[in-house]
Amino acid sequence: MIAFWVKQQDKLLQALMEHLVLTAQALAISLALAALLTLVAMLLPRTGQLLMQVFSVLYAVPSMALLALMIPFTGLGQTTALIVLVVYNQYLLLRSFIEGLRGVDAAVQQAALGMGMTRLQMLWRVQLPLALPSIFTGIRLAIISTVSIATIAAVINAGGLGRILFDGLRTLNTYKILWGSILSCVLALGLDGLCKLAMRLMHPKQGRSNPQ
Amino acid sequence: MDFFSQLQSYFAQNSAEYLRCLAEHIQITLLSLGISALIGIPLGYCCHRFQQMGRWITGIFQVLRIVPSLAVLILLIPVLGVGLLPALVALILLAVPPILMNTTTAFAQIPAFYLETAQALGMDGHQKFWRVELPSALPQILVGVKTAAVEIVASAAIAAKIGAGGLGGLILTGLGLMRTDLLVVGGGSVALLAMCIGLIFELIQRRWMPYASSLRG
Repeated sequence: MIAFWVKQQDKLLQALMEHLVLTAQALAISLALAALLTLVAMLLPRTGQLLMQVFSVLYAVPSMALLALMIPFTGLGQTTALIVLVVYNQYLLLRSFIEGLRGVDAAVQQAALGMGMTRLQMLWRVQLPLALPSIFTGIRLAIISTVSIATIAAVINAGGLGRILFDGLRTLNTYKILWGSILSCVLALGLDGLCKLAMRLMHPKQGRSNPQ
Repeated sequence: MDFFSQLQSYFAQNSAEYLRCLAEHIQITLLSLGISALIGIPLGYCCHRFQQMGRWITGIFQVLRIVPSLAVLILLIPVLGVGLLPALVALILLAVPPILMNTTTAFAQIPAFYLETAQALGMDGHQKFWRVELPSALPQILVGVKTAAVEIVASAAIAAKIGAGGLGGLILTGLGLMRTDLLVVGGGSVALLAMCIGLIFELIQRRWMPYASSLRG
């Protein structure tokens, strides 16, 4: 096991890096898009409902199927994988963002309006800070799901740890399969830990909240 | 137009093959969902009854959730080989956690005064379980089974990679030969199947559990 690591170190590390880059890109794009869509949803509730319905239907589509269905349009490779990952994340992120922002105590919202804040000011300075725990819960769910679905994206040549897993499967190499699995768990746990740390720095009291 | 004629000729030539894949996929899904429910629901009830054990099992499943489903499928190959059996085991491993967690929550959420009332009416333990606890917990349990069912349909498509057959096989062949028609037929069918299953559970919830309409997975 260790010997295999020593021998194949650069290959495994390269796959890990590919996976990390793909995951990080997907998460960055997802967060930016989700922030924008959440803003739209908060200002136009009807549109927000429509968006949630569309994304919940897309979320129910199995990843393998969505990857296959995207190929005729965007071809094999990382672009397709990125699009699919971002689409899946939108449901998880939007749901927790909107629920978090809406869930802020009505009395607090009224107080903010009573002090003469505009809706945008209230959103930015009152609702956002209070919704942080729920927002981070959504991000952590998205991290775990992205790392997991990114392994499947290897079937469409997006690289990453999924390639190690599929290689191991083809050659029935137990070490390869084990290392691929371990590294993807480590990556998920590491990113999750980073997110927890960020949460604790921004919001010391509620850093220990767990996603259900 | 070219693409639709391609699809048409696929169905004209391979409808038997397509139906076999679809049947296989549904078969695997139902079989593993049934077994998962048989494992998950009693175990979930035990977790509710014995808190200590519940904490252990919940902890284990929290960790398991981190492992990508693809890794779960592939990790079983060195142990169980290739074919239907490892695919079933992997799907069950993926489907038990949502059923178990929801069952535990379902029983924990029953208001205490239901049980008090049942006791006051003179019910013994069995009656209390079958007539009060189980019916009140059922809607939430069903939410868990629905989540598990959708998860199984999705993962069964990946399970084709370890020789379980089904619609995933079509997708993989399509990828190998770069045949768009196979990709669309396979991917589209899996997506439709997942939606149908979600819809069926929604209908069951609406038809037989009208008071629990606020529960959504």
